[in-house]
Amino acid sequence: MLSPVMTAVLTPAESQALLLSLRIALVAVFAALPFAVAMALLLTRTRFPGKIVVDGIVHLPLVLPPVAIGFLLLTIFGTRAGLGAWLFQTFGIRFVFSWTGAALASALITFPFQVRAIRIALEGADLGLDEAARTLGAGWLDRLVNVALPLAFPGIVAGMITAFAASLGEFGAIITFVSNIPGETRTLPLAIYTALQAPGGEAEAARLSLISIVLALIFMTLAEFVQRRMRRS
Amino acid sequence: MSIAVALRHSFGTFALDGAFKIERLGVTALFGASGAGKTSVINAIAGLLRPREGRIVIEDRVVLDTDAGVFMLPQQRRIGYVFQDARLFPHMSVADNLRFGWRRTPNRMSEDGIAHIVDLLGLGHLLERAPNALSGGEKSRVALGRALLSAPDLLLLGEPLAALDAARRSEILPYLGHLRDETRLPMVYVSHVVDEVARLADEIVVIREGRVEAQGPVFDLLTKIDGSIPTLGAVLDARVDAHREGEGLSVLTFDGGRLIVSQIMRDVGRRVRARIRAEDILLACEEPRAISANNVLPAIVSALRTGEGAQTDVQLACGATKFVARITQASAARLALAPGVRVFAIIKSVIVDSSN
Repeated sequence: MLSPVMTAVLTPAESQALLLSLRIALVAVFAALPFAVAMALLLTRTRFPGKIVVDGIVHLPLVLPPVAIGFLLLTIFGTRAGLGAWLFQTFGIRFVFSWTGAALASALITFPFQVRAIRIALEGADLGLDEAARTLGAGWLDRLVNVALPLAFPGIVAGMITAFAASLGEFGAIITFVSNIPGETRTLPLAIYTALQAPGGEAEAARLSLISIVLALIFMTLAEFVQRRMRRS
Repeated sequence: MSIAVALRHSFGTFALDGAFKIERLGVTALFGASGAGKTSVINAIAGLLRPREGRIVIEDRVVLDTDAGVFMLPQQRRIGYVFQDARLFPHMSVADNLRFGWRRTPNRMSEDGIAHIVDLLGLGHLLERAPNALSGGEKSRVALGRALLSAPDLLLLGEPLAALDAARRSEILPYLGHLRDETRLPMVYVSHVVDEVARLADEIVVIREGRVEAQGPVFDLLTKIDGSIPTLGAVLDARVDAHREGEGLSVLTFDGGRLIVSQIMRDVGRRVRARIRAEDILLACEEPRAISANNVLPAIVSALRTGEGAQTDVQLACGATKFVARITQASAARLALAPGVRVFAIIKSVIVDSSN
């Protein structure tokens, strides 16, 4: 449905970068979601020593240079040694130089956005409803699945949209971890960078930047819209 | 069903330290001012509050015993709870709210049983609605239905009428009356309104500043004049004796005499509860003749208490039933009232709760 419009407006390389960006962001968001929910629950519903440290680690990607995260991932998942070597030799799973690696990097970088949004939704939850569910015979998992998470749903969606929009802009971690391979790991920001490296590539970079701006605007507006609806209900 | 509660807990500077035991649990009212600790007591019964020390036994089930390390989780206690603020699940329809507990109980009520409760509480036209679209009174009724459908052994009512205005209150009260008469479900009801308690409760536990101050059957406790609880003129366990159709009157009998009241819609032989306000009882030392009041009862003064102001509460024995007349201190002196004096109680008006 989109493709005729896209081929009319964009060059094949541009649409390839755009589609790749969208795919990587989508996979990153959904892959991180269960972990983000679990982490948000851990941080809102439990008390344990060292919680501040865990909280800090979750938020680390917000302040660390993305290049550092990319490098960190490279040392962990590089196929020559450690976890990366084991995954590659045992299951044939390889993150480096692969779009799945780009999704992994994006998931990690945008993890705090998801945790934060879900956490705010859970903290705003009415504990009275949890008590009511208990007196009606619901155990903890039952209450989580049927009361807490449905009520936090708008927050979860808002967090996913914000994380998705942030994923589209990820550059440093991706280029460091999975390099800049056309059709595999060259997302929109990497395509902009590549265009700028070539003489006379400014026009190309400008077009790609415009696409990025439009995309970011769409998703940030969407996130805000969802959040407002949540506040109203 | 019996219940035994003993609790000791503290919240900052507030201490809860009380015990009570009820052998035949019908409707028990926890009566007291707001902040007296009533809600903490029912939260502990429900398992939502885990007291520092305590023991709660419902029938033969020990749901809490801090000495023995027993703490049954709320979801295992089979105790229904109607919260003051209803606490309906906002993301579910009224129908799904109603069935939330029903789906989770092993002894599920039949569809007919559900239909009956929906009917009893007047919820039929609300089933598809969202909780946010309900009035306060409707929310309370749905919360009540939801708790009933979870088939609890015991129902806790956390002052479900407190958040409502007078009109809504009188909308719900009859439903609670029906419930008491029809389901025979033991209830513990929190209230600070003496009229509600007089209307619904069988047994009263008075709580003041975290302690159990008094306990007794409603018919006795509300005519005490020791100041532990606001006094009523009388709460009578009466029986419909006859209807005087032509005059629009009904005759009630109680342990101590007969009362003539405006005609009520109850069959002869049915039991009703009648209330009299202390201000509606006048005293005379001689039998009044040619008087408009329908009810004049011979009685004997059993105690007097002069409270603040110019009022004196005079407790009377009329057969086995106690009455309290609130008269002025000056009148009590003029009539030379003292324990043992024979008087005639002139009753100006009687309130009969006919919940239908």
